[in-house]
Amino acid sequence: MFYRRAGIRHTTYRSERQLWPLPFDRALVAIIFVLLVLAPLLVGDLYLAGYLLPWVIWSTAALGLNFLMGGAGQIHLGYGAVMAIGAYTSVHLVRAGTPLEIAMIGGGLASAAIGIVFGAAALRVKGLYLAMATLAMQYIVDFVISHVPAISGGTQATIQVPPVRFLGVPVAGNAATYYMALAVGTIVTLFMLNIKRTSLGRALAAVREKDYAAEVIGVGTLRYKLLAFWISSFIGGVVGAVLAVCYLRSVSPDQFHLELSIQLVAMVIVGGLGSILGSFFGAALILFAPIVFNNIIGGVSDALALPISTDLRAHVPLVLYGALIIGFLLWEPLGLAKIYANVRDYFLVWPFRHARR
Amino acid sequence: MDVFLLGELAINGALVGLMYALVAAGITLIYKTSGLANLAQGAIAMMGAYLTWAVASGLGVPMALAVVLALVMMFVVGLAIERLALRRMAGQPVIMAIMLTLGLEIMLRGLLPGVFGSAVKRLDVGIPQAPVFAGEFLINRATLYGGIISAVVIVISMLVFNSRFGVFMRAVSDDQTASWSVGIRVERAIAVAWGLAAVTATVAGILWGSNQGVDWSLSLLLIKALAIAILGGLDSIPGVLVAGLIVGVAESLATGIFDPIVGGGTRDVVASVIILLTLLIKPHGLFGREHIERV
Repeated sequence: MFYRRAGIRHTTYRSERQLWPLPFDRALVAIIFVLLVLAPLLVGDLYLAGYLLPWVIWSTAALGLNFLMGGAGQIHLGYGAVMAIGAYTSVHLVRAGTPLEIAMIGGGLASAAIGIVFGAAALRVKGLYLAMATLAMQYIVDFVISHVPAISGGTQATIQVPPVRFLGVPVAGNAATYYMALAVGTIVTLFMLNIKRTSLGRALAAVREKDYAAEVIGVGTLRYKLLAFWISSFIGGVVGAVLAVCYLRSVSPDQFHLELSIQLVAMVIVGGLGSILGSFFGAALILFAPIVFNNIIGGVSDALALPISTDLRAHVPLVLYGALIIGFLLWEPLGLAKIYANVRDYFLVWPFRHARR
Repeated sequence: MDVFLLGELAINGALVGLMYALVAAGITLIYKTSGLANLAQGAIAMMGAYLTWAVASGLGVPMALAVVLALVMMFVVGLAIERLALRRMAGQPVIMAIMLTLGLEIMLRGLLPGVFGSAVKRLDVGIPQAPVFAGEFLINRATLYGGIISAVVIVISMLVFNSRFGVFMRAVSDDQTASWSVGIRVERAIAVAWGLAAVTATVAGILWGSNQGVDWSLSLLLIKALAIAILGGLDSIPGVLVAGLIVGVAESLATGIFDPIVGGGTRDVVASVIILLTLLIKPHGLFGREHIERV
């Protein structure tokens, strides 16, 4: 009934192959996008800067990681380090007087260049070793950034982001930063939506499913794996720049530690490997579940006068990330996106359930 | 820098390396039977140390009994992890199972300090503090005892691999389906491997806990253990012993030589560099078997 399919006849290939063939889906996406654009008018500053902005940025980062993990099937445990390279490069470029747009691209290129080196190191071997190599990348990049004064300004230093302009608009105040993040997020989302329909996306899918088989049918495995690393790292670098300019406003080495990488991996798994919608769901759940859960615990402990230690409450996010990863891998390996798909499938034919295949 | 200082660093480093190798032995044990790397090994070591501390200070039992109780409990925990989580992942891509162990690592790292408090706990297993003098060299007594105990446990696990049960485990690691068809209980072999891995991790956790106190940072043993396991070839226990010595000595020397130059923190990055170099130069490690993949 909802998501109505009856009476929709696609008469051209073009209309059948559009991103959202069902008018209901199209309308839903349009409404959500309009709501996101109007958000600065609709919600208060606290919600805009404290919830929506990080959600948009982290979703974009999760999309970049999902391209690698879901699209090409390569695990990456050092995405935080990739973002750190982008953030530091772009901030230094901006401080040197480069326009922000070029600095962001520069940050992306630097991330891609370094990320591909670590990827290449691990691609001689597979899965498990790649996990180790990217984990090693996280530690090595952390070390280099915090121990080279030219990059970080010293172990304990933070580098302020100077006032910048994005496409001629000063990036200051909540609305401007939000719109900049939203613009980058929209571009990355459109890229991700469309890449699956290109030859690159199909080649990556072949590599993901079975790389030897892909090689046999003429898909250069190494080339496409490296390309996936390059693109994903580039997106990571750009998002790192956005994170530094829009959200953190100053960069210090401890903002990009293993915790960020783990957070992003958790988002991708919880949201659903290879799903674009899932990246947004996963980012929302991973970012906000600890806050909500902490508030619930706080409320319960106040109401029942239970003494719950601050230690326990401080560790709730980690426990929750871990539990969510384990829970989703065991019970819904395809993540929140699959849950949404199940609901959608149900309503697609509701109330004629027997019509489902 | 004089030779004596270097020698001292090397000896202490080798002993520390043996203590790292104990954690790596568990990773190897699990890899050998079920073909996946357990990223939760560091967190399991931490859990063992926390449990020992909790049993000793909570129940007030003597330390020796507490250690034995903790080892038994951790064996059961290892079995439980395999039974409740990993066995359900059978047939899934191996990367999923690895991510499951990563999730376990994250959860344990939050859960244990959350429940027992994040302040550093003192775990006194009765190793005296005074250093040992061997000729000109000054050796930390805690690492000396720790290194010896680790070496003994690793040698014992090597002997286990030569027993009847060890033959089962080697058969399972060779070919699960074939071992099944000749009547070996594959699930049980994998489960016991997890239990034994948890036990070796606990021994390591107790040794490290008595050395530096029990807190979440024990889970950082994971990265050193991974470096050792990869350098040793992931499926060779003698490899773990050799690689442990190499990683320990390299780390100790690097700390001694480079820390004054770059201003500290070298210790944490040596393991990562070793992982990367191993993958670049000899991906299957010093003693690992090369896998031939068929479509």
